[in-house]
Formats: sequence, structure tokens, C-alpha cells
Amino acid sequence: MTEETTVADDDVSGPGTLRPPGAAPLVQVRGATKSFGGVQALRGVDLTLLPGEIHALVGENGAGKSTLIKVLTGVYAPDGGEFRYGGEPVRFARPADAQRAGISTIYQEVNLVPLLSVARNIYLGREPRTRWGTVDVGAMNRRAAQLVGDLGIDVDVTGELGRLGLGAQQMVALARAVSVESRVVIMDEPTSSLEPAEVETLFGVARNLRRSGTALVFVSHRLDELWQLCDRVTVLRDGHHVHTGPMAELDRVTLVSHMLGKDASEVGAQGVTEFAGKHRHGDAPVLDASGIAVRSRLSDVALQVRPGEVVGLGGLLGSGRSETVKAIYGDLPVESGRVSVAGRNLRAGSVRHALKAGVALLSEDRKAEGIIPDLSVRDNIALAVLPRMARGGIVVESRIDALVETFMTRLKIKAADTGQKVRELSGGNQQKVLIARWLCTEPTVFLLDEPTRGIDVGAKQEVQALIDELAGHGLAVVLISSEMEELVEGADRVVVLHAGRVEAELSGSELSHSRLLTALAGESADPADDGQPAGDDGQPTDGAGQPADGSGPSAGTGQPTAAVRTAAKEEEDGRG
Amino acid sequence: MADHRAPVREHADGAADVTAADGADGRRSWRRFDIQWIRRNGVYVALAALIMVNIVITPNFVNVATLRLQLIQVVPVLIVALGMAVVIATKGIDLSVGAVMALAAAVIPLYIGYGAALAILVALLAGALSGAVAGSLVARIGVQPIVATLGLMVAGRGLANLLGGEIKSIRDPGMRALGTGSVLGVPYVVLVAIVVTVLVWFLVARTTLGRQIVAIGGNARASVLAGLPVGRVLLTAYVVCALLAAVAGVLLTARSQASDPTRLGLLMELSAITAVVIGGTPLTGGQIRVAGTVAGALLLQLITATMIAHDIPDSVAQMAQAVIVVGAVYLQLGRRGRR
Ligand SMILES: Nc1ncnc2c1ncn2[C@@H]1O[C@H](COP(=O)(O)OP(=O)(O)OP(=O)(O)O)[C@@H](O)[C@H]1O
Ligand SMILES: [Mg+2]
Repeated sequence: MTEETTVADDDVSGPGTLRPPGAAPLVQVRGATKSFGGVQALRGVDLTLLPGEIHALVGENGAGKSTLIKVLTGVYAPDGGEFRYGGEPVRFARPADAQRAGISTIYQEVNLVPLLSVARNIYLGREPRTRWGTVDVGAMNRRAAQLVGDLGIDVDVTGELGRLGLGAQQMVALARAVSVESRVVIMDEPTSSLEPAEVETLFGVARNLRRSGTALVFVSHRLDELWQLCDRVTVLRDGHHVHTGPMAELDRVTLVSHMLGKDASEVGAQGVTEFAGKHRHGDAPVLDASGIAVRSRLSDVALQVRPGEVVGLGGLLGSGRSETVKAIYGDLPVESGRVSVAGRNLRAGSVRHALKAGVALLSEDRKAEGIIPDLSVRDNIALAVLPRMARGGIVVESRIDALVETFMTRLKIKAADTGQKVRELSGGNQQKVLIARWLCTEPTVFLLDEPTRGIDVGAKQEVQALIDELAGHGLAVVLISSEMEELVEGADRVVVLHAGRVEAELSGSELSHSRLLTALAGESADPADDGQPAGDDGQPTDGAGQPADGSGPSAGTGQPTAAVRTAAKEEEDGRG
Repeated sequence: MADHRAPVREHADGAADVTAADGADGRRSWRRFDIQWIRRNGVYVALAALIMVNIVITPNFVNVATLRLQLIQVVPVLIVALGMAVVIATKGIDLSVGAVMALAAAVIPLYIGYGAALAILVALLAGALSGAVAGSLVARIGVQPIVATLGLMVAGRGLANLLGGEIKSIRDPGMRALGTGSVLGVPYVVLVAIVVTVLVWFLVARTTLGRQIVAIGGNARASVLAGLPVGRVLLTAYVVCALLAAVAGVLLTARSQASDPTRLGLLMELSAITAVVIGGTPLTGGQIRVAGTVAGALLLQLITATMIAHDIPDSVAQMAQAVIVVGAVYLQLGRRGRR
């Protein structure tokens, strides 16, 4: 109650705002409140969007970012608050109304129709028509192909959307959002499944929109992205509005301290990831996969992981990383190949057998392949071990309670109580519930497909530390991440895939940003000569073409990694 | 909701702290609260209301004989609806329940010569077998539930007619006792219904299988990845449903002391689905409400009884039922996604 009134009201008149003086705000939210049952998700939040700005919206998991976006765009009815759009009071009754008024939104959980074609999804609800009023499929496909091509993604627009990986789906959602003239474009974690190259594309699109006077909202847990892209930032914490101001005035530590509600000194100068470094591991691989071939996806992929080792899987969208772990897990029909765990061969195509042998897979697609939305947190956590929680087919509740309690505390899962439906948790907490589900199975091999996707700084570090801890206990970990830092700092070895084949393997001193980027682009030196680490200066960086307000601030805020990352990105861009 | 907020406000710095926004907050919460509340408890309220109305307008309503009759008559729908709820929770549907009832009824005369117990056992086995066929089609071959059970609905009725033909009366003391006997004034058929209800409740609330059923209905893909025996669970759900339909078929046959495969159980799938849905179990799967289903079946029965008691024609009664189904499904689905 007190916090919302004491917050400085600096969003319109505060110092250092970048807009030309007098520019009228496009969107003004004041004192938005929203509760779900007993959970108060928003407790008086303000948000002001100016034309031609990219506005970062940040906060921990469950802070209320998505809820704010949803009450603004008519997904939920707000409980209270004042909403103005172009100066006029508005309340959108449904998302379509907001869309029609010129607010395009990419929601956090990709909200497209998996069974329809990519083109159909992009033009859903506004398909081009023929003279007879039927959908002009030809024109639609042509335009969609053009649009998607402009975004630099290589997908067949006539194919089913559901066949695409999550990252490609995010790009399709972006295509949909920018295919209409909008005055406001809201993006709730658009980059969470994207590779550096796609992130760069998205940033390019965003900057173009900004130039044309569109107001953008950008939500991301990858904090260094914010300095590259955003002009101003609004920070939420536990449904309260805690800060709004220019991005350039904040450094990472201050931002994190706002988010967590801790003192800057407490937050301290942490590294980018929480990974402690390399792990000690055994000699004999516990996971041994070789010659894995999946029709038109993978050919001859091999992967060995020793107990206590973290092996990263790198690659671009569609390079076959998720397919590799799914094939190992028995979730994809393989044409050939052999997987053994601790010397025992796994039965091809049997998830249950893999699970029994001690393999667990944390899927990248939380919504479609992870949570059971209507079940409680508790039942979701215990799902994979139900038979072990039962005696003679009858569930022993006390066993489940004990297990669930352990993991709720260990992973710091935030929920009203263990009986709350999982669909009501924020994205990050859903992710933790799923990690808990898999840890319950006490795996010896843990396949993690984007484990920190969409989770906040604090939780991300917790998960990273947890991965270290698990490896320390002798777990063999396969880590897929589209964040370079995680692979470079978290993995002992990185296997890079390209078009379904193993392209390179980096370990020891070769495991650096630039080597990884080169390998990702599919231009690595011949994998045979990997004894010779290529220097970090393999390609001259091209100083020109630095985005106007891109990495400037980040370089000045003590974030070497972000700077390196940007430079490396340009390096790659210059080549591609 | 409001109850929850009230003490919070008192903890704040007194009433002055309650702003206009808070007021709006409270009112809106109430409205949303109502819809969810209706979804969950509407069936009980409707049932209570209809009982009150009947107490006032229907002569001889509060009368042991009337109430007893209502209970006896609700038994078949109730038992079938409980099985249906199990299948619906898996995100499936079973249209073959009526045909399975007929099949069970058709089998009884063929084996009644060996005694009631054996005849009933064979009838139940026939039901379970039919469920196994439906379950295999759905779980192993991947036929859509509505298609698989529609096929069985037609084929099962045909087979029942083939086996049983026209109506046959059954003279067997065991069957008669089951159909008309009672202990301490409670008819056997009602006792069977109570036992079935408890068993289904236990299945849902206490067993691994029950949890797995709702998990699969909630997200089949995630359930596969979590290593659940999805095929086996689905198969079991359809077997349970068909088995309960067969129980209902046996009870009805016992009550009427006649096997009538041509007409027994006609439109039962509709009544059962209606009872499940108005009981608060969504057709989208992933949830199951046992008590709600019981109340839903009672409500349906009471509506029919009320109409009959007041000489309202059958056609009107059926339309009333249609309105109720649409209303209930709307409450379940129509407002989904926007809350
Ligand atoms: N439909 C819902 N029902 C109940 N509670 C909900 C619902 N949606 C959100 N919440 C709760 O509201 C709070 C804010 O959630 P929200 O999704 O807005 O967080 P967020 O800031 O977007 O987090 P994340 O970064 O994890 O996506 C959380 O505590 C969440 O559990
Ligand atoms: Mg969110």
C-alpha cells in the first residue's frame, strides 16, 4: 500500500528522458491493479509509452510484467486503474480490439495455431481475399514468404507452424506483429528462444519501428539486451511499480537491485552467469550415443557425457539440438543409432525405458511439453514419480508432500501454496516446477533444453548454480542454451551442431566466445585440427555499423561480456 | 475473495485508506468470483432450488415413496455418467455407453440358465470387452474418441439386436431380487450406485491411475514425456466406462425383469454427458468432479420428474434439457481464456 505512493513519479517529467520535449505519450497506465483469487499480481502499476521509444519492462519472475501487458491489451479485465491510449481513456474488452486500435502484441507463450500453416498464422483474421471472398492462398503465401524472408528466417510458409521449433515460432509471431501497421508493439520475452543472429534481426526490426515513431515494449530476462536496445526502463517488483527512467542512467547492479529489492552492495559485482567453472568428472562416459540419425533432421550425431561433466550443445535454430536430446530420450523415431546409459543400451523410441535408465529431459517448450496446466504445483512436481509415491496403486500423500516441500524450498518456487494450479504461476516458476519434476526422478543423465529460458536473473543464477551442483554430485548434464555465456562458462565441452551434423567440438582453451560463434555459423576450421585453438582475433571486427544507441551504455557499465558479445555479433554479421 | 480482502484492509491504516480504485477492485472481483463459483457450485444450487420448488408446487413430493422412486430412477444415468466423467477427464468421450448397456442386456437371457451370477458376470465381461475395443482404437491406433465410440455405438447396438432380438422377459429369482429387493428400505440398485460412486471417487482422489487420467487429459504430450503409461491409462479409462455402462444395463434389466436390447439405453450417452458437464467437469479434459457428476445426474432426474408430475410433454422436457446442456457448456467453455 505504501510503496506505490512513495515511488517517484518521474516517468513523464523526469530528467534525462530521450524524447523531444512535449511529445505526447501514446499509452498511459496509472495505478493498474489486478488480482487472481488471493494473488495480487498488480498493485498500482504505472507505465507510460512515448512514440519512438523502446521501453524495457523488467522484474523478477512473477513480478507482474505479463499481467500488466495482458490487462493493457484486453486479455484480462483489470480490477482498477486508468488506461489511456493516444490521450483517450480506453479499456479493451478483448485482444482483437487492442490489435485493431493499433497495439500489436507478442505474448509470452506463443499464441499461434500450431495446426495451421505459417502463412495462415501470420495473416490469421485478416487473410487476403479473392474476388469471391475466399482466402487468397496464393497471395497470402507470397506475402508471407516475403515477410519471413525479410526477417531472414528460412521456413516454408505453407508448412504447419507446429512443426517449427520454438525460436522459429517466435520469429513468426514477430512477423505477424510487424505485418500490420501499429503504433505500439509489445513484445513479452520475444528473444527467449532466439539465437544471437535472430536476436540481432529482431533488434533491427525493433529499431526500424522506433525510427518510424512506434512505441515498443520489450520484456527480457537477458539483461544485457536491454542496454543494447532500450531507451527507458520500468521495473516492477511483486506487482509494485518501483522505477522508471532512462536505461543509460542505470548500471547492471542498480537495475538488479531494483528488481530484487536489495541494496546495490548486496547484489555486488556478480559475474554474468553463476557457473563456477569447470567440473571434475569421471573417465567412462555414462551417456554414450553414436550414429544417431533421424529422418531429414539428424545424421550421424554422436555424444558422450561422463559423470559430473556438463556438455553443451550449440547450434543455430534448426541445427538439431533439441532433436538430438529428444532422440536420446526416445521421443523421436530414429532411423539408426545407439544410445547407452551406464553401459546399458536404451530401447529406441521408448521414453519410459530411457526414464527408467536414469535419463531425464527438460523440454524447451514449457507449455506444450511440460506443464499440466490444470493440475496443482504439487501434482505437477510428482507426476513422473507417481508410481514411486504409491503403495499398491494408492497414492501415499505424505510421501508426495515431503518430496514437494523439499523441492519447493530447494528451488525457491514461488506459489500461493502447493495446491495452486500451475497455469497460474509465472513463467519462471513454472520452469522451476518442471526442473523439480525431473529432479524427483533422480536422473543420472539430465538433458536440459534451454533450462534458463524465460527465468529472471535471480532464478537463472539459482538454476545455473544448481546445474553446477548436480554435476558436482556426479550427474551427467547435457546443456542446450542459446545464450553464449551459459555455454562458454557453464560447459566443460561444447558440441556444435550444424544442419543436423556435428560440426565441431570445443573444449578447454578453445571454448571461447569467438570460437563458438565461428563454429555456430558453420564456418569453423576443420574439426580435425581442433588441437590448434584459433585466436580470438580470427576475424577483424568492423567498428563501423555500430547501432546508434546500441551497446554504448553497456560498455560503460562494467559489462565486458556484453561488449564482447556485441562485437562478436557484428563480426558474425559482417561475414554473413 | 471479498472475505480474503476484508481483513487485509483492516490491517491497512484504517478505512480512509480504501481508495476508489479499491472499491472498483472489490466489485469486479465479485463478478468474476461469481462465474467461477457458479461453474463450481451451480449444480448444487440448482439442485437445491429445484427441490425447494418441488416441495412447494408438487403434491406429495416430500414423501418417502416419491423420493425412493427418484433415487431408483436416477441410478442408471448416475452410474453411466460416472464412467463417462472418467473418459471425459482424459479429454475423450464415449458415445457407445447406450449400446454397451444393450449388449449387456442382450447377453443375460443367453446365460441366465446357468444362474444370475454367471449371467451378470458374462454381461459385465461383454461390456469390459467393448470398452477394451474402444480403448485400443483410441490408445493404440489413435482413432479420435468420438469416431471410435460412434462406430462402437452402431456396431454394439447391432450386435445386441443380433444376440437378443426383441424383448424377452427374464424369470430368475436372483435377478428379481437385485432389481426389486432392498435392505433396511434401501433398494439394492441404489446401494450399487452408492458403491460405484465411492469406488470412482476413490479412483480419482486416491490412486495413481486417477492422477494419471487427469494428467493425460490436461496435457497428453507432457504426460508421454513424463513417462506415464498413456496407452494403458486410456485403455483402462474406456474399460471402466464401458464396465459401468454394463452395470447400468444389468440393473435396468433386473428392474424390468426383461431384456430389451433394441431400446435399452437409447440416448443414454446424451444424458450421461449432460450430467457430467452440468456437474462441472469440462469437456476439454484434465479435470473431473465426482460429486458434481452425482449432483448433475440428480438434477437431470429431478427436472424430468418435475415435468412429468406437471404433465409437461416429453418434447418440452427434452428441449429444457437441451437448454441446460448448452448453458452448462457455455459456462465451462464460453468464458475460457478470458478471466
Ligand atoms: N491466470 C492467473 N491466475 C492466477 N494467478 C496468476 C495468473 N496469471 C498470473 N498470476 C500470478 O500473478 C503474478 C504475476 O504473474 P506474471 O505472469 O505477470 O509475471 P511475470 O512478471 O510475467 O513473470 P515471468 O517473468 O516469469 O513471465 C504471479 O504471482 C502469478 O502467479
Ligand atoms: Mg511473463
